[in-house]
Amino acid sequence: MATIKKITTPLTYEQVKDLKAGDQVSITGVIYSARDAAHKILVDLLAEGKELPVDFNDQVVYYAGPTPAKPGKVIGSCGPTTSGRMDAYSPTMMEQGLKGMIGKGPRSKAVIDSMKENGAVYFAAIGGAAALIADTIQKVDIVAFPELGPEAIRRMEVVDYPCIVAIDSLGNDLYELGVQQYKQVD
Amino acid sequence: MSETITKIREISTEKITEAVRGLCMKAACDLPEDVEKLIEEGLEKEESQFGKYSLEKILKNVKLSREEDVPMCQDTGMTVILVEVGQDLHVTGGSLVDAINEGVRQGYEDGYLRKSVVADPVLDRKNTGDNTPAVIHTEVVPGDQLRIQVLPKGAGSENMGAVKMCKPSEGLDGVVDFIVNSITQAGGNPCPPVIVGVGIGGTMDKCTLLAKKALARHAGEPHPNPEYAELEKKLLEKINKLGIGPQGFGGKVTALAVHIETYPTHIAMMPVCVTLNCHAARHKEAIL
Repeated sequence: MATIKKITTPLTYEQVKDLKAGDQVSITGVIYSARDAAHKILVDLLAEGKELPVDFNDQVVYYAGPTPAKPGKVIGSCGPTTSGRMDAYSPTMMEQGLKGMIGKGPRSKAVIDSMKENGAVYFAAIGGAAALIADTIQKVDIVAFPELGPEAIRRMEVVDYPCIVAIDSLGNDLYELGVQQYKQVD
Repeated sequence: MSETITKIREISTEKITEAVRGLCMKAACDLPEDVEKLIEEGLEKEESQFGKYSLEKILKNVKLSREEDVPMCQDTGMTVILVEVGQDLHVTGGSLVDAINEGVRQGYEDGYLRKSVVADPVLDRKNTGDNTPAVIHTEVVPGDQLRIQVLPKGAGSENMGAVKMCKPSEGLDGVVDFIVNSITQAGGNPCPPVIVGVGIGGTMDKCTLLAKKALARHAGEPHPNPEYAELEKKLLEKINKLGIGPQGFGGKVTALAVHIETYPTHIAMMPVCVTLNCHAARHKEAIL
C-alpha cells in the first residue's frame, strides 16, 4: 500500500475527484454519524418539504452507532456498520450535497450511479476495529434525534481517521476489483 | 423394592444473574484466544495488501480492547444465550428467564455496552434501552449443573444468514452449493473473515438452532465425525477460493472456520441453515 492521503472535511469537488478506489486515506475534521433510523427520519423530512437539522452539503456521513462512553472518555467503541442498509436513503442524501460516506461493505448500483452523478466518494473502515477507530475521535456532540440513543446524529471531530476509498466518484469499486483478482475457479 | 433417591441441588437466581452479567461484559471486550489464533494464522496466509491491512488492524484492535477493557466492536449484539439446565437442579428465588435477562440488563449497563434491541420488530421499533430481552435457548440435560453460553450476536453477520429446505435429491452437492452460495451472497457485508455455522437436519427451526450451536463450538475444532470433519475442511477451502477476502476487499481469507452440526431428519426433508459470525466471534461460558 502506497502513501496515505490526508484529507480534511468538508470535502470539495476537487478533493473527491482526486480520490481513487484503493487509496488509503486519513480523514481529519468533522464527520456526522447517522444510521438506519436517523436516515429514515431525514428522508421523511425531505419528503415533507421540511428542513434538515444538519446541513449535509459537502459533508461526510459516518454509518455508526457507538457504545456509551466510559467515564473520562468522549466516546465508546465506534466502528462502521453495514452500509448496504442505508442504500435506500443514500441517493437522496447525495442530492442534498453529501460528498462522502464512511461505512463497511458493498453498495448498490443505484448508490454508485448517484455517486457518479453527484460527485461523491465511499470510504470503507475496518468493521469490528471499533476500539482502534474510537481513538481518532476527539470530540462528540449529539446534534439531532437524541431520542434514538445510539442512533442519534452525532457531530464528531476526528483526527487521522483511517479508511480506504472503496468506491470512487467514477464508480471504480474495490469490492468488485479486489474479489475478481483473488477469485479462484475450482 | 429398591429406590434411588436423587438429590436435588439448588441454585439461586442471584447467582445466575451475576454470572450472566459478567459473561456479557467479558464477551464484549475479550475475544477468545481460539478465534484470535485463527486470525493470526489468516494473516500468515493472506496475500492481498488490503486483506493484510485489515487483519493487522483487526488484531491490533483485539489487543487494545482486551487491554483497555472496551468493546472490540460497537455492535455488542443481541444477546443469544444457550442454557443447559441439569434436571437435578432447582432454581430458587424466581424465574430463570428473568434472572438471565436481569444479568443482560446489568452487564450491558455496567459494561458500557450498546443497547441494540427494539421492542417491536416492525411497527415502532423503539429501543428497549437495556438490551433485553435476550434470545434464550434452554435445554434440559442430565446432571445438576447449569451451563450458560453467551454469544453476543452482531447484526452485520447475523443479517447474512440463510435457510434452505433442500430436497433430499439435491444430495451433498446441493448442500455444499447452498452453503458456498450463501457466502458469495454475503460478500463483504458480514465483516469477513467469518466463522461459518452450519446446521443440517431436523426441521426448519431445529437446523437454525444447530447452526447457532455450531458457532458456539471452540473455533476451528473439527467435527468429531471424520466425514463431517472432512466436509468442514472442503467447505473452508471452497469458501476461501471465492476471493472475497478480509472485509470483502479481495483476498484468500474469507472464512476462518466452518463448523457443522447435524440431527436426524424426515424422509422427505434435508433442511440446511448457514449462520455467520464476524471475526469478532464472541463467546463466553460458565458452568454453575
